[in-house]
Amino acid sequence: MANNIKMQTNSEDKPIISLKSVSKWYEDFQALKNIDLEIKLKEKIVICGPSGSGKSTLIRCLNRLEAHQEGQITVTGIELHERMKDIDTVRQDIGMVFQSFNLFPHLTVLENCMAGPNWVRGIDQNEAKERAMALLKQVKIPEQADKYPEQLSGGQQQRVAIARSLCMQPKVMLFDEPTSALDPEMVSEVLDTMVELAESGMTMICVTHEMGFAKQVADRIIFMDEGEIVEQNTPEEFFNNPKNNRTKAFLDQVLS
Amino acid sequence: MFVDTVVEDKALHKPAFLFGLSIAVLAIFFTFNFTNTIFGEFLSPVIGNPEKSGFFGRLAVSFVLTILFVANLLLISFARLKIQILIVWIELFLLFLAFAYSFDLEIAYIFSGQPSKIGLMISKGLFTTIYISAVSILIATAIAIVGAIAKLSNNGFAYAIASFYTSLFRGLPLLLQIYLIYMGLPQLGFMIDAIPSGIAALSLCYGAYMTEIFRAGIQSIPKGQWEASRALGFPFGLILRKIILPQSIPLIIPPTGNQFIAMLKDSSLVSVLGIWEIMFLAKKLGAKDFNHLEMLLTAAMIYWLLTIILEMIQARIERKYQQKT
Ligand SMILES: Nc1ncnc2c1ncn2[C@@H]1O[C@H](COP(=O)(O)OP(=O)(O)O)[C@@H](O)[C@H]1O
Ligand SMILES: [Mg+2]
Repeated sequence: MANNIKMQTNSEDKPIISLKSVSKWYEDFQALKNIDLEIKLKEKIVICGPSGSGKSTLIRCLNRLEAHQEGQITVTGIELHERMKDIDTVRQDIGMVFQSFNLFPHLTVLENCMAGPNWVRGIDQNEAKERAMALLKQVKIPEQADKYPEQLSGGQQQRVAIARSLCMQPKVMLFDEPTSALDPEMVSEVLDTMVELAESGMTMICVTHEMGFAKQVADRIIFMDEGEIVEQNTPEEFFNNPKNNRTKAFLDQVLS
Repeated sequence: MFVDTVVEDKALHKPAFLFGLSIAVLAIFFTFNFTNTIFGEFLSPVIGNPEKSGFFGRLAVSFVLTILFVANLLLISFARLKIQILIVWIELFLLFLAFAYSFDLEIAYIFSGQPSKIGLMISKGLFTTIYISAVSILIATAIAIVGAIAKLSNNGFAYAIASFYTSLFRGLPLLLQIYLIYMGLPQLGFMIDAIPSGIAALSLCYGAYMTEIFRAGIQSIPKGQWEASRALGFPFGLILRKIILPQSIPLIIPPTGNQFIAMLKDSSLVSVLGIWEIMFLAKKLGAKDFNHLEMLLTAAMIYWLLTIILEMIQARIERKYQQKT
């Protein structure tokens, strides 16, 4: 416990997330193999790789939507394991945006955004509403506040999902292919929101195939294949000078 | 459901269909031979004494009935949908009355006595039936929520108890459960009155069925809703209360409404415990003068009316929840 407090109060170059030889199995299929990774506060990470390479599994382990079986995952100074008592408080500090939005269909856009702060952060109705409206402005859809999710376009829904996560004032944001379910003309509105968020200094881990976005905001790009981190580098090095053959083949495919 | 925008010709307006239908109906009327009924008497100016009219009489009666039947169908087919439904309802109801009339009943018997028999059935029986059903439904709903959560949990005890419970109470006839509770519990030293045991049996039995309905309703909510809630750091109870159950309710309401209606009628089974509900009173009041059918039919009408009211309430609630989402 003393250890945790020390890490939390430590300076910015201490990792906010760290994985030490993490492995994960689904039944007897190994989805993650010995992953080592450290992510610093305010760092922007883009994870890419072919379908089925374990990208979703990796970021879902970071808020323990999935359990890992070997190794250690430490997030905001707290180690994630199956006997932990305070997983909900850890999750409240980690925002997650899903490919399929997963908005609550029976709540209005505003209520979706107020739910977290009001129900689990214990913030009163008025303040939660103010905060929600501010974030809906930030993602540029304050005028949709009283609509239900199904009345919105995919791009709008995904921006609401981002605002909903941000309302919890998380320390880290996880994105799992946030634009993959969108019609092409709506991709950019979501990416613009994410770029702005990155510029505001949020720590972000994004699984995405949007290489333009990666070039623009990523501090580091991680390439995964078959449950392993094959290569990681700055965007310049990653695109101009890929070292591994699997990376080259992948880049040929997505950039062509 | 989607009603297609292309309308097909009505089958009834095709001569070939109409002809075929008439032949079939004629055959049916001829087979069942209505010559010795009231219809035969109506036609006696044409066929003479119905009893002696023979083949010709039987054919004539069937023929007239067929014409009436097919003409009726044809006329109704021109009406608007709402009117069609209303007319068919009324006609079927009249047929039901004719069926009851053929029992040769003594209708006045129902209203005889001081207080009148029907008054007793409504003031005492109806009240008791509604009371027992309403209390049982409330308890069954509470059981169902707990049971459904237990069945979805990965706690071995909770799952085992819940699945044993649903298996047992769905596996035994309700009548048997009523006897077992009424006669079994006193063996254990719990003295239990008739009405509480009736309520216990109905609640437990319907709680078991509704557990399955609630479980299916909860399970049909997409996994993403759980994941999004979990990712926001919501605890289990909150997710269930604020996210999952509100979305399951529109799915749960129609089958639950059916259970309510079924329970209302199954509450008649507790009459075996001597509880003064509709069914018990019907049997008791009819037995005195051997006018069983009069009182049973009265009970039937009361149950039917109650059911119709419940169906209307159910339709209302369903409509309200459909608008919301
Ligand atoms: N719930 C699961 N059960 C079994 N296997 C799974 C499950 N989820 C993912 N997998 C498998 O794990 C591998 C990695 O999946 P995933 O992390 O979703 O890949 P990606 O997001 O990179 O496409 C895939 O082979 C997939 O089939
Ligand atoms: Mg994926």
